[in-house]
Amino acid sequence: MDNILTAEHITKDFTNHRALDDVSIAVPRGKVYGLLGPNGAGKTTLIRIINHITAPDSGIVTFDGHLLTAADVVNIGYLPEERGLYKKMKVGEQALFFARLKGLGRKEAEESLRQWFDRLDIAEWWNKKVEELSKGMAQKVQFIVTVLHKPSLLIFDEPFSGFDPINAGILKREILRLRDEGATVIFSTHNMSSVEELCDEISLINRSHNILSGPVREIRERFSNNRYELGFVGAPDALDGCGFDVELGAINPDGFATATVTLPAADAVRPFLAAANQAVEINSFRRLLPSMDDIFVSAVEASNQSAQQQTKER
Amino acid sequence: MKSGLSIVISREYLERVKRKSFIISTLLVPVLMIALMFAPALIMLFSDSESKTVAVLDDSGVVAPRLHSNDEIRFVIAGGESLDSARVNDGYDAILVIGQNAVEKPQESVTLYSHGSLTMATDQYVSSQVCDAIEDVRLKAYNIENLDRILREVEVDMSMPVIDIDKAEDTATSSVLSYILALVMDMMLYMFILIYGQMVMTSIIEEKTNRVLELVVSSVKPQWLMLGKIIGVGLVAITQILIWAAIIGLCSAFAMPVFAAMPEAASEPELTGALAQLTDVGFIVSLVVYMLLFFIGGYLFYSAIFAAIGSAVDNIQDASQLTSIATMPVIIGIVASMAVINNPTSDMAFWLSIVPFTSPMTMMSRLPFGVPAWETILSLVVLYISFMLLLWVCAKIYRVGIFMYGKKPSLAEIIRWARYK
Repeated sequence: MDNILTAEHITKDFTNHRALDDVSIAVPRGKVYGLLGPNGAGKTTLIRIINHITAPDSGIVTFDGHLLTAADVVNIGYLPEERGLYKKMKVGEQALFFARLKGLGRKEAEESLRQWFDRLDIAEWWNKKVEELSKGMAQKVQFIVTVLHKPSLLIFDEPFSGFDPINAGILKREILRLRDEGATVIFSTHNMSSVEELCDEISLINRSHNILSGPVREIRERFSNNRYELGFVGAPDALDGCGFDVELGAINPDGFATATVTLPAADAVRPFLAAANQAVEINSFRRLLPSMDDIFVSAVEASNQSAQQQTKER
Repeated sequence: MKSGLSIVISREYLERVKRKSFIISTLLVPVLMIALMFAPALIMLFSDSESKTVAVLDDSGVVAPRLHSNDEIRFVIAGGESLDSARVNDGYDAILVIGQNAVEKPQESVTLYSHGSLTMATDQYVSSQVCDAIEDVRLKAYNIENLDRILREVEVDMSMPVIDIDKAEDTATSSVLSYILALVMDMMLYMFILIYGQMVMTSIIEEKTNRVLELVVSSVKPQWLMLGKIIGVGLVAITQILIWAAIIGLCSAFAMPVFAAMPEAASEPELTGALAQLTDVGFIVSLVVYMLLFFIGGYLFYSAIFAAIGSAVDNIQDASQLTSIATMPVIIGIVASMAVINNPTSDMAFWLSIVPFTSPMTMMSRLPFGVPAWETILSLVVLYISFMLLLWVCAKIYRVGIFMYGKKPSLAEIIRWARYK
């Protein structure tokens, strides 16, 4: 597979703890890649290493097939979690300043800045001072500054914090549009519903380790545990004798009911349906995929438990 | 990638120059300085404006005619009046009573009576006039012919040229001028470092308080950011000083006639003599060039120290405690440079001008006396190389400082950082 960025066996120590321990990720080109994990798991450290802000103690980062160098930073747009703007500067001047630092010419920068300001509906802020803006407004400006120079890799650290749902929606739309135009996006977040909407692949980092990686669809299927939802008409206890683990859901007065069934294996679908078909009148049958929220919680808890066991064994 | 240096410089410069605080301080400081220059003259003008009348009761008969009145004090010979009648006369501010034996025993026979206490200036003027008068009378008593002319001829007024015998041509250097020049340059440098060095420091802390640090670090290399800030603030300094100079220059052009009229402004003969002696134009040009090089070097070096302080702390409060690290060596340097003036070729002078902390100040006071070229160049090279090293180190501190919980940078780590491309 064509990966725009890989990090291999990254380890990074700080004075009192190990921020990253043998973490590897591979970010496929042209996808939205989610970097998930609880607070303090090491996501931001990994992002800083990818951005060449700090160096790993061991391990390598490759970009576009070669070792990451300082020169590659131009091709990365980075929206840090800890972000602000110079308070005393005017919005437009400030955006120009950062755009020019990224290597754009003054004219070119101003033109595309005006376009972006129009698109995000903030054109009238151009001459305002940053201290007059709300947090969400400032975030929009930072977002524009990050993507303006059309980098091939975009990294957003908690991009939706401080946004209301409407503006978060605008931002999601823009992120997907950028991906469709060919950019690769890495984004780190706690917001799992946005992961389901946006991400093609994820890595889940917990306690300095990468505990889960892969395409979102695949992971959700893996964590589904063969759970299905059956909609039917019939007596509520009609399914009791079919020999499967059935949990009854809501029953409407008009006889429509739902039940959740956990099958022992994927190939048990047919036998179950056959049994159910004899007992009740089937309306619907669909596979239940767990939400990313559930996956996040169960994966992190499992990893914490095994970590605790390890320390006990020691 | 372009280094972004010029972009950082122009931002730092424009942001500062456009600020209200800059405009206000640029306009206010010359006003204050001019006020300071004129204050003594104004105070003199308004405080003792009306003249005082001093009645003179002279029993000796020889002192009173020799007293000279001036603008402020008018001597009136009150012939025939007694002390008691003079006392009640409202026209007199004071009464000077001169006894019969004033010439022989002035201590016992001269008294000044006044309503309330007199100003020190009046007191001094009256007593000096009486002394002069008595001296005159006493001298006259010797009956020497042409005494005035003899006294004038005896008086000595000179300043001595000092010729550097190591030079091929006879070039006159002047210790007085050197001293003044060194003092002025040292003080200017001190002010420059204090005002603008601190500005560099706050400018670096600005990124942290505005939480814009990471955004900046991912856009421009910290070394270039530091250098950009130091140069940008330096340009602000030059702008401000040029404006000040222009305003003060204009004002004093108008004010000069006032000064010239004042007797105190009469030129110091020693200083004008020293100026006249400095005839070697080449020497002056090289002196000024070297002084500017040390001035710039001193600013760069110390503002890099301030930059390092700014990089190491998170807010202004923490920084203010550390600024003495930067200001103490400057003061030491100035004190040392005053000591060096007395002995510009000593070993101490040499070492003080190699150590970059003291070299700008020390060399200011040594340069006018002529320093061997290799020493000057060595000193400059050490100064500028230390600046660049310092810049590099604080760029590292700045970058590592992003992680507040980061490891303290060990030497090994700094080396690894430097090699990480």
